[in-house]
Amino acid sequence: MSMKSNEREEILRMSGVDPTKCMKCGKCSASCPAYDEFDIKPHQFASYIARGDMYELMQSKTIWNCLGCFACVERCPRDVRPGKLIDGVRQAAVRRRGGTHLQPEDIPSRIDPDTPQQLLMSVLRRERK
Amino acid sequence: MVYSYYPGCTLKTKAKDLDMYARKSAEALGITLEEIPEWQCCGGVYPQAQDEIATKLSSVRTLNSAKEAGHDLVTVCSACHHVLKRVNDDMANNEYIRTRANNYMELEEPYAGETKILHYLELLRDVVGFDELKKKVVNPLTGKKIAAYYGCLLLRPSGVMGMDDPENPSILEDFIKALGATPVVYPFRNECCGGYVTMQDPSLAQKKSNKVLGSAEAQGAEMVITACPLCMYNLKHNGTEHDLPVVYFTELLAEALGVK
Repeated sequence: MSMKSNEREEILRMSGVDPTKCMKCGKCSASCPAYDEFDIKPHQFASYIARGDMYELMQSKTIWNCLGCFACVERCPRDVRPGKLIDGVRQAAVRRRGGTHLQPEDIPSRIDPDTPQQLLMSVLRRERK
Repeated sequence: MVYSYYPGCTLKTKAKDLDMYARKSAEALGITLEEIPEWQCCGGVYPQAQDEIATKLSSVRTLNSAKEAGHDLVTVCSACHHVLKRVNDDMANNEYIRTRANNYMELEEPYAGETKILHYLELLRDVVGFDELKKKVVNPLTGKKIAAYYGCLLLRPSGVMGMDDPENPSILEDFIKALGATPVVYPFRNECCGGYVTMQDPSLAQKKSNKVLGSAEAQGAEMVITACPLCMYNLKHNGTEHDLPVVYFTELLAEALGVK
């Protein structure tokens, strides 16, 4: 089994999503509040994964700019839920050596006296292992 | 009425008002909130991956503590509520996660999602009742135009969260009406404030938060209420183009009940 298909299987297993069910209606991308900040759009995730183009997804800006708002998860009429695929790719990225996005030492300069603990916890949980 | 209570880490630090006014108001309404002993942080974000087990355990411990105490569990923070509710759903309905989490926990009786979780707003709507709440208001907020900001985590995914209609919710507007004020409905009330992304890119959170506040302002709101400390932070710090006051819903409640 190639590396490419290993990663694909890992992401499908983590997300529990069948990307072949996507009918390309675009409702996810139309709903996405961070659409303009994505290089690979939500509706494209299913096709990239179905094709096995995992490297492009793991290098994308999308996995870090996804707000995790569940709008696409809520509105997907085919239960593909692109947010789960985006989360799966981000997880796969942070589980690899060097995949941590924001390092703990990057954080002190980004906090202010009102930064809620919730934000610190969430960022560390989302972006590193 | 006695409930187990989960405040969460932010309510002990940067969001003390959210916690304090929740407790004072509950007391005024005859509800006893018993804080779960030795609770742990929920982690802030629900770990969506099927194979993430260890990151779900702190929630399982909280849920099992409430089960052992024999009470329903009340939450206030939107993020804690979201995480606990979704982990509870996994424990009830996902055998893969339930088995592995219980293997770690080694409880006398395995946990299988028995605890009922109520967000504080659901407690007001479904247990107290908004009509009863209205009768207990001593300082009605008459004439005040208030915009409810739901954000994401209370409503979605609705199949698990089950709080309200995810596209056209009404629980916060009904709450505002019960306090004697006038709810302002606006298009961005259930759109994202920018969330966690503010840590790596505040400019993105600014765009999102300004849209939310601009939308509320355009409909004539004088104030915005929220249940989430991260929404509060984003709307206040990243809603740079607007001056609308943002307060926690529990503070408004305490004011109306005369316990602020």
